[in-house]
Amino acid sequence: SSPPPPPPPPSLPNLLCPSMHGYYWMFELSPHWSQLEDDEAKDRFDVDVSVTNPEKVGDGMNAYMAYKVSTRTSLTMFRCKTFSVRRRFSDFLGLYEKLSVKQSLHGCIIPLPPEKSVVGMTKVKVGTDDPSSVEFVERRRAALERYLQRIVSHPSLLQDPDVREFLERDDLPRAVNTQTLSGAGFLKMINKASDAVNKMTLKMNESDTWFDDKFQEVESEEQQLRKLHAVVDSLVTHRKELCGNTAVFAKSMAMLGNSEDNTALSRALSQLAEVEDKMEQLHQEQAASDFFIFAELLADYVRLLGAVRGCFDQRMRAWQRWQEAQSTLQKKREAEAKLLWANKPEKLQQAKEEITEWESKVTQYERDFDRIGMMVRKEVLRFEVLFVSMHSELCFCFKFQLIKFWEAFLPEAKAIS
Amino acid sequence: INVNKFRSVSVDLNNDASLLIDIPDALCERDKVKFTVHTKTTLSAFQKPEFSVPRQHEDFIWLHDTLVETEDYAGLIIPPAPPKPDFESPREKMHKLGEGEATMTKEEYTKMKQELEAEYLAVFKKTVQVHEVFLQRLSSHPNLSKDRNFQIFLEYDQDLSVRRKNVKEMFGGFFKIVAKSADEVLISGTKEVDEFFEQEKTFLLDYYSKIKDSTIKAEKMTRSHKNIADDYIHISATLNSLSVDDSTKVEGRVASDQELKLTELLRYYMRDIQAAKDLLYRRARALADYENSNKALDKARLKSKDIPQAEEHQQQCLQKFDKLSDSGKKELTIFKGRRVVAFRKNLVEMAELEIKHAKVRNISKTSEGQVE
Repeated sequence: SSPPPPPPPPSLPNLLCPSMHGYYWMFELSPHWSQLEDDEAKDRFDVDVSVTNPEKVGDGMNAYMAYKVSTRTSLTMFRCKTFSVRRRFSDFLGLYEKLSVKQSLHGCIIPLPPEKSVVGMTKVKVGTDDPSSVEFVERRRAALERYLQRIVSHPSLLQDPDVREFLERDDLPRAVNTQTLSGAGFLKMINKASDAVNKMTLKMNESDTWFDDKFQEVESEEQQLRKLHAVVDSLVTHRKELCGNTAVFAKSMAMLGNSEDNTALSRALSQLAEVEDKMEQLHQEQAASDFFIFAELLADYVRLLGAVRGCFDQRMRAWQRWQEAQSTLQKKREAEAKLLWANKPEKLQQAKEEITEWESKVTQYERDFDRIGMMVRKEVLRFEVLFVSMHSELCFCFKFQLIKFWEAFLPEAKAIS
Repeated sequence: INVNKFRSVSVDLNNDASLLIDIPDALCERDKVKFTVHTKTTLSAFQKPEFSVPRQHEDFIWLHDTLVETEDYAGLIIPPAPPKPDFESPREKMHKLGEGEATMTKEEYTKMKQELEAEYLAVFKKTVQVHEVFLQRLSSHPNLSKDRNFQIFLEYDQDLSVRRKNVKEMFGGFFKIVAKSADEVLISGTKEVDEFFEQEKTFLLDYYSKIKDSTIKAEKMTRSHKNIADDYIHISATLNSLSVDDSTKVEGRVASDQELKLTELLRYYMRDIQAAKDLLYRRARALADYENSNKALDKARLKSKDIPQAEEHQQQCLQKFDKLSDSGKKELTIFKGRRVVAFRKNLVEMAELEIKHAKVRNISKTSEGQVE
């Protein structure tokens, strides 16, 4: 018999409540929660989204998974108070693409959607019903839900008509060009761009030390989280090994119990074998849930950090644009000066027009830069709050795992004595 | 290092006041362990009522080997020799720690260092205890406790290494010459007339292979467990390095005592069974000798040559064989009873320890106000 599929996150601890703030373990007892509530009080919007009911649509390689996206809201900008639509994965990617094109000029941190997975999806399409593809769909469902929750908890994104359309509209036009814009692809783009930008030597004014410091912080946090992700992967491997070794050991103990001719001892050994067997099952479940919860959590946050970095990147580019405009303006002015000497009235007129054009561009870009700077500041502060809760979620999750790890041994002891 | 006692495999061995032995103290110098063997006795065979001597692991092995090679004890089960102190695992860890120091955070390093020290201490405690049990089993055996070499071991306040070399030359390692692999063949090949020995043979051979198998698999399981514990340490250290304040510190230590204990238990009884098998082996050899002497006697009768020598040789072999069988039967019966009681007692003790641990964890868990 195949092992049972891992439980979906809601059933793990009983106090789960998919919060509209995008923090999906909402434990009343978590010490940071009340602090968070105060800080975010002004950001609270009455929108709650959930992603449920994954269903396979179609057959063969054209098949896809459709999810039910349900919204509950009290905001008047929506048509109704509760409604739901069906969406597929490429729809989520399409939404991201639209948002990133628009919001990138504003220095907004846009949450990244989950990555495309060809292997995972192929398994689902081909229709193998094995536990790993069930697990895959479940993970994706959860990741998509978190993605939407982050979007709607962001005040300016919520106002975006594309977001509303995504949530409300019954038949959404198929998104194309979603190939390159899966999370990993975007992350790669960001990384490349960051490298290029870092190579330039920039002299910025002193208010920028704030940005510099924050950027360093974000980078080091991302590194730590990546490291954590690697160790968690190793943990999962070791857990799987433990499962295998425990199973083999249990069988061996059972045989030993059979060989033992003294009945009392034989019984004790057989009991031990049974208990070890049960522990193997427990280990298996825990290995599955470890991966599902903790690693997904981490991967998500690494992606989020990547988005924050991209944000800094946008600001850098805005600065670049402004600087380049300034230098172009300078060149135009020099050209004008030359023409004054050369005495060519028609060209002079054109030059004056160009100068005016570029003067306004410079003003515009400077304003853009300042505006983006302000937005980035706000986003980073908001993100920092998010990060604190992220961290306590991770810690709580981890503590919980440890507790379960300990508890696994208790039945063994009781059985023997 | 002063060693706190924690009994794992002994069953009330040290309660005969006429000869009490323990190892209260031990020193570790660069992987060489010096045990302090302490004796309290009312027997007149000893010069003083209470005394202590320093001994090394090699001295214990010498004692074990001399006992094994003493013909008079061929019909007895000699307690298994204590294994050599094995600091391989903590040494490896220390090496890894040294290499990885540059890449680890300060907290990770401290944690791993603590783990390393704990493991070192555990190996140390284990080896002291295993040596102690060996001596106590000797002292509680009616015949072996009276052995002269045993008394020398306990009493002689000079270095034993000189005596060790002499003894090796004297005995020449007679029983050890034959390869151990011949063991099984010889035992299973000999035709058995005695019902008791037939049963014992079948049981012991089968049980030995099963317990050996279990021990190996338990060791694998323990290793996996240790890997996971290490992972948890890394994770908790990294999480803590990310934290903004101290209230979110996470406990990374996951003790794997439970499985370690079980593995140790199995290993000990595996060696114990081997000692019983050794007895069977010696008896089988004696039987083979007897059969050969019979054949030799027949040949001598045919040739009408050297008949009295052949007869005497045959008588000797028969006597030896009978003596071995008698004492062997007694030993194996006692062994059975003792082993079962000890094994079960230790399993129960192990279980109770786990329950106690679990209760402590539960208390600390609920005090943090978390989900039950």
